[in-house]
Amino acid sequence: MYAQLVKSEGTKAREEMTPEEIAFQERIDRGEKIEPKEWMPEGYRKTLVRQIGQHAHSEIVGQLPEGNWITRAPTLERKAILLAKVQDEAGHGLYLYSAAETLGVSRDELMKLLHAGKMKYSSIFNYPTLTWADMGAVGWLVDGAAIMNQVPLQRTSYGPYSRAMIRICKEESFHQRQGYAVMMKLAQGTPAQKRMAQDALNRFWYPSLMMFGPSDKDSVHSAQSMAWKIKINTNDELRQKFVDQTVPQAEYLGLTVPDPDLKWNEEKGGYDFSEPDWSEFFDVIAGNGPCNKDRLGARVKAWEDGAWFRDGLMAHAEKAAARRAQAAE
Amino acid sequence: MPSLPDMTTPQVAELARQQAQAHPAHPTVPQPDEGQEALFETLLRIGDSALVLGHRVSEWCGHSPALEEDIALANVALDLIGQTQLWLGLAGEVEGQGRTADDLAYLRDAWDFRNLLICERPNGDFGHTLMRQFLFDAWHHEMLKGLAASSDPRLAEIAAKAGKEVAYHLERSSDLVVRLGDGTGESHRRMQQALDALWPYAGEMFLGDDKDAQMAARGIAPDPASLRAGWDATLRHVLTEATLQIPEGDFSHKGGRQGIHTEQLGYILAEMQFLQRAYPGASW
Amino acid sequence: MSKEWPLWEVFIRGQHGLNHRHVGSLHAPDAEMAIMNARDVYTRRNEGVSIWVVPSAQITASSPSDKGPLFEPSNAKVYRHPTFFDIPEEVGHM
Repeated sequence: MYAQLVKSEGTKAREEMTPEEIAFQERIDRGEKIEPKEWMPEGYRKTLVRQIGQHAHSEIVGQLPEGNWITRAPTLERKAILLAKVQDEAGHGLYLYSAAETLGVSRDELMKLLHAGKMKYSSIFNYPTLTWADMGAVGWLVDGAAIMNQVPLQRTSYGPYSRAMIRICKEESFHQRQGYAVMMKLAQGTPAQKRMAQDALNRFWYPSLMMFGPSDKDSVHSAQSMAWKIKINTNDELRQKFVDQTVPQAEYLGLTVPDPDLKWNEEKGGYDFSEPDWSEFFDVIAGNGPCNKDRLGARVKAWEDGAWFRDGLMAHAEKAAARRAQAAE
Repeated sequence: MPSLPDMTTPQVAELARQQAQAHPAHPTVPQPDEGQEALFETLLRIGDSALVLGHRVSEWCGHSPALEEDIALANVALDLIGQTQLWLGLAGEVEGQGRTADDLAYLRDAWDFRNLLICERPNGDFGHTLMRQFLFDAWHHEMLKGLAASSDPRLAEIAAKAGKEVAYHLERSSDLVVRLGDGTGESHRRMQQALDALWPYAGEMFLGDDKDAQMAARGIAPDPASLRAGWDATLRHVLTEATLQIPEGDFSHKGGRQGIHTEQLGYILAEMQFLQRAYPGASW
Repeated sequence: MSKEWPLWEVFIRGQHGLNHRHVGSLHAPDAEMAIMNARDVYTRRNEGVSIWVVPSAQITASSPSDKGPLFEPSNAKVYRHPTFFDIPEEVGHM
């Protein structure tokens, strides 16, 4: 998802827990929210910083592949919609960084970790957006996959994270729909547009499935995160749900999901589908996706080029405060 | 059927002239109303400026120095794109050839664009973008105040709506110019450089031509020169507080409002119009 | 230098007559810019009529471990709630 392969800390059996840890776990089990200054196990805090930070980074790096097409959007209305959507992503990054900041890490620190390659963002944003249809595919598939994860995260145990997710889900409701609307236009358009739509689905299908992360049945990290309600569903559950939801939508568009083995399985009440190529996933995570260097490079450039601006405003604020203080004397 | 002039006579040109004088215009095609044409032109001038500047500002999305600025600047771009839809939509109506705002935005070539040159100047650094925005906003604000009092209610209505948005743009860009001018040594230097570089593109905002004169005479749009005093006052106030020096020179590049642009516009249009040009007639 | 812009808590009055509600946080060099940023960040969908900003560092919060002592006493004062009192139906709405 936007937070993939988040390593969680401090997995402990109940008999190894301190009384404080047991009390903490019981609060979570009762469905209570944990708030910023309350006691929490260090592992819970660290795992959350990692996960929320990764989620926030994904939002702002996620601005880039779509931002790429704002200046080439085909109509004034599409341009406005796309711009509003990419702007929302900046807002979502901002809300999430704020949530992470309640855990005692500053936004600038998180940014620096991202820029140094010490924190990750979702693998999906390392794929290029090559045609206008990719704006449709990203909205429909990528936002669709993200929503699948974010809706349950509204119930996550950490209060500020949960509240950020509630706000984000509310704002995001239009994102997936606008993507699907772009796809519908193309699918009903000229043969060239239809081909463009199919091509986008072909390229984004497996990377979208990868967004949920590798199967986590055996992952101890996932087990701990689920016990803490930082993670609500398993990767496989969400992936299955995504496929089941998306296949009929593709059929409605008259597009073909690029999986010859895709088949409805009556018994399980869901589709059987091919796994993505996980070696590709690990390559992308390791920095070798088609756009890793460009994406991170763009973020670093924005940060470095903007340093004088941030410093200038800070300096002015300090000068103005000093002048006010002097005037008051 | 009237007899054709004898093409073999040496006076063919003279005959043609006589013919033309006898039938000044085709009787079934309405004469282009000169006033309508000037109005169309006026709407393109304001609409194209919003379009091109909105395009430039949108280039920052995802690349600004801070998330808060990224979001704020996108709001400005969104406002300008929204205004473009209104101005060019009305332009298409006034023209009466069935062209929509999108047709006008995506299917004209550079020489048919009527935006101010300052709008197409490259973004440069963030300070350059903000200075360009400030110089434009200060003019835009005056212009929309004038248009809100237009004798044509269609223009007045759009201007009233846009005016509220632009009042905020101006508040924000003035504020940032002051803060950066009076920030660090580096921010001051960058803002002064931006002002110096953009200054020769400011004068065009106040140069009128006969179309402007027609519109002003009919109370439809303000005379560009009349906007100068208000703009000067805003500039003096803001730039003084920003500790920036108003450049001395009064040289001004011009031509944007008549369709003679810098090289930049061609690149903007190549990018902006790509899909409409590559897939003619497709619907998006 | 490169000092981080301080963090601000943003409160928005959604409609006339309602209380300001905490909506989130943001960074800004000072209060005036925090207000402007809040307008751009938190009212993109017409959510507000009035904005307050407070430096996050200036917020004093009750200690979570005091939750019992701070709030439980009022739980006992059930007579503060209107449903505590039985009013005969004949009396009518009260």
